[in-house]
Amino acid sequence: MPDSNITKQYDVIVVGGGHNGLICAHQLALKGKKVIVLEAEESVGGFAKAYEFSPGFSTSAVHTLPQLSKKLISDLQLDKYGFSSQQPIVSTLALDPCGEHITISADSLTGVGSKDQQAYKEFRELLNQFSKAIRPTWGKKPPRIEDRDLSDVMTFAQFGLNIRLLGKEKMAEFTRVLALPTQDLMDEFFENPLLKAALSWDFLVGNKLAPRSPNNAVLNQLLRNSGDLAGKNTYNTGAMPVAKVGLFINALVKSCQAQGVTISCNSRVDSILVAEQKDQGNPCVNGVRLNDGQKIHAPTVISNLDAKTSFKKLLGLKHLDIQFSHRINRIRDKSFVATINLALRSAPNFTGVLDPKSRLLIAPSMSCMESAFDYAKYGELPNNPIMEVMIPSLHDNTISPPGHHVLSAQVMYVPYELKRNWDQAKPTLLESILATLETYAPGIRSQIIASELLTPKDLESRFNVSGGHWHHGEFCIDQWWVNRPTYGTNRYSTPMQGFYLCGAGAHPGGGIMGAAGQNAAKEVLKHDQ
Amino acid sequence: MINNNELKLAKDIQHVSQELLKSPFYPRQVVMNTAQAWSNWNGYASANYFKDAYLEYFLTRNTCGVYDVTAMCKYRFKGKDAEAMLNRMVTRDVTKHGINKVAYNVWCTDKGRIVDDGTIFRFAADDFRIYCAEPNLDWFMMAAEGFDDLTIVEESCQIAGLALQGPTSCALLRAIGLGAVETLKPMEIGHYPFPTIKPAGEIMISRTGFTGDLGYELWIENDLALMLWDKLFEKSHLYGLRPFGEESLNMARIEAGFILPEVDFHGALHTVLHRHDHSPYEMGLDWMVNLKKSHFSGKAALLKEQKNGPSCRLLKLDIEGEKPADNAILYSDDKGKHPIGYVTSALNSPATKANIGYGLVENKYLDGPIYAEIYYQKDLRWYQKFRLCHIKTKPFWAPERAKLTPPGDH
Repeated sequence: MPDSNITKQYDVIVVGGGHNGLICAHQLALKGKKVIVLEAEESVGGFAKAYEFSPGFSTSAVHTLPQLSKKLISDLQLDKYGFSSQQPIVSTLALDPCGEHITISADSLTGVGSKDQQAYKEFRELLNQFSKAIRPTWGKKPPRIEDRDLSDVMTFAQFGLNIRLLGKEKMAEFTRVLALPTQDLMDEFFENPLLKAALSWDFLVGNKLAPRSPNNAVLNQLLRNSGDLAGKNTYNTGAMPVAKVGLFINALVKSCQAQGVTISCNSRVDSILVAEQKDQGNPCVNGVRLNDGQKIHAPTVISNLDAKTSFKKLLGLKHLDIQFSHRINRIRDKSFVATINLALRSAPNFTGVLDPKSRLLIAPSMSCMESAFDYAKYGELPNNPIMEVMIPSLHDNTISPPGHHVLSAQVMYVPYELKRNWDQAKPTLLESILATLETYAPGIRSQIIASELLTPKDLESRFNVSGGHWHHGEFCIDQWWVNRPTYGTNRYSTPMQGFYLCGAGAHPGGGIMGAAGQNAAKEVLKHDQ
Repeated sequence: MINNNELKLAKDIQHVSQELLKSPFYPRQVVMNTAQAWSNWNGYASANYFKDAYLEYFLTRNTCGVYDVTAMCKYRFKGKDAEAMLNRMVTRDVTKHGINKVAYNVWCTDKGRIVDDGTIFRFAADDFRIYCAEPNLDWFMMAAEGFDDLTIVEESCQIAGLALQGPTSCALLRAIGLGAVETLKPMEIGHYPFPTIKPAGEIMISRTGFTGDLGYELWIENDLALMLWDKLFEKSHLYGLRPFGEESLNMARIEAGFILPEVDFHGALHTVLHRHDHSPYEMGLDWMVNLKKSHFSGKAALLKEQKNGPSCRLLKLDIEGEKPADNAILYSDDKGKHPIGYVTSALNSPATKANIGYGLVENKYLDGPIYAEIYYQKDLRWYQKFRLCHIKTKPFWAPERAKLTPPGDH
């Protein structure tokens, strides 16, 4: 049953209690709005929430916070509620089956030749500069191309100026690198195949992108560089903030509650209510209906869900124009990442790994990544799964019983649309993931008490995200900035009066960042004036 | 690797037809067509005229004629969501569209620009058919997204259609045993047994047409098509029945005030340049845009346009002089200094004895004066004239007999 106490009148309903929804709700409550957040599941937090996957063992889908900013933490006073901007920063290890690992740190590499070490400095410098140039776009609503006003022109001009300020040569390089497949970029800079594969990871993860895919992978990396917990404008593959993500959500909830936000869990929204204007006006939203039939009214409804779910399932395309609906329907949102969580009776022993608190990458080469992708894009399981492994229990000993541990890994490339039946394919996938892990951490199988494998389909149903996509839709140039999630609703407002988007499907995109929620709140307040 | 250097022959490409498609009425038409002038309408051989376009035009005004409309695209919409889906697609209120009624409709892009026009036939609460001159299935499929209880089936090749137009059309139908049609009001649909003797089939007749005079459109399954043709032509000498072609239809439709896609307006999906497409307001179809009904595609844009006014208007023009104003440029002066629009269709109208046409004119010049720059040939030489145009608000040709129920016995 939904929580009681939701019969009051509200100014704003936020559908979905992911971090963006909570942040948006907080920012509106701060300005005096009466806000209710309706969460379908029994607790808020979405991908970032901590949950128990086996008795005594908990985890979350997210473990690293490369996109979180100190400003957000201070805007929401999260430090007051137990989450500070001082979080451990870890390096990334590119695992080698023979134990000849490469350590990628903020400013150096170990385990590679001097040429690669020198190239790393240049590579980092280039990405830092690009990150700085693109940084101002994240926290601002995208401009309109049609019907633009002065502020739109200024936003375009600001973006152009930032790129221009890179200097003529770097500007030309930016326009070139922006469209480059990851493989070409890595080949230009580096020699070591293991290093190249490891550095590719953050360019690709979460998207339907492999090293040879020509669709602006660098954007994905620049988005991941948007946070500043490891330093401002930092290429953070070698300096990854690792947090107790559950604490982040707890702090967010407390901060929202302190502002008077009502959070109602187990309140699955069935549809958005629309009031037709009979006097030749455009219709507007006036509330939501929960799946138990209860109606809650408010003049403003903000959806934290992905655009496809928001428009198709909740609002209904019949309230929208045909070409707009078609664009929503065409949003590419099929995930290629699975998540595996293992409950272990003792600490896993990765051969040759001195600092198991690091982020461990298993991807022997870019060819190996490409090959895994080739299988997945034709609806088959990857021949050799590649993965990012974290042992969160080393950072937070409360998530497993004493002496026990949790291993969580993001596995690529696992297709959303599998040719086979998932029920039959899941054991096969689990087996191949464990076999891979066994190569790097011999004996790990015998340590396993329980396991949880979440395919993209599982992620879709567990976290109520269309396609199970990390970013609520591919983060690529055709679904970026002025086109995120699509033109016509790229500024949080939608064609339906009073209906807004505030999730990862909106600009700037996915990851634990909060910018979409914050930007959306600003836009709602602006429309209010 | 496929070698693209050599072009394939048409016969080697499966989806390329080797000849024009032939409607079920073709065997009768081909023997009557002394001109053998055919054009391609949606792949079908469609007669431009049979003998003489002027003579055939007079059939539709004085006796009656048949025009093969089999090539019309036909799409069936069935299911609980059919009404809601169509209502969201078109500008008129489909929820008010009665059963066994026909309604002319347009459908628009998000920006309120016309994609195409057509007629919607409603057979039941959850059963509709759209007739339109060009293929629209892709648009309909797109518009159906989000409506679950709905099937759309293309029926273009399954139904033969014959437009029977002219003052004696009802009398002819009566004479062949389809007298029940006389109770049909304009834009109504009736279903009748046909042939009237066994084996029992069915004919659907709608009191619709594109000539502006009394007339019906007869819809029948392909197998019965020739039987229908022959039945009609058994009595042709008594009712002055002959077939007519596209050219005479075009004359009649201009007089009747009907606009033609890709002639008087261009479908928004076919234009490339900005604002070379049209809104219903620009086409003078204000009466078709129902801004009071629930949401439909393009409504927000059309609300705005209705408030600010369209940028141009298609006007019915009565043009001085007798030379037809085909393709004429329109000016606000009689010297050809300030162009303000152009003529989309023109005709020296036999029925109204007037020189008429449609002109697309910029909004601020609607109060006139409007001059048409007419080029005409005389004694193998070309000449130019500027002719004053008078704006008409009613169709040029709209005889009482076209609307009477039951129709008169002509």
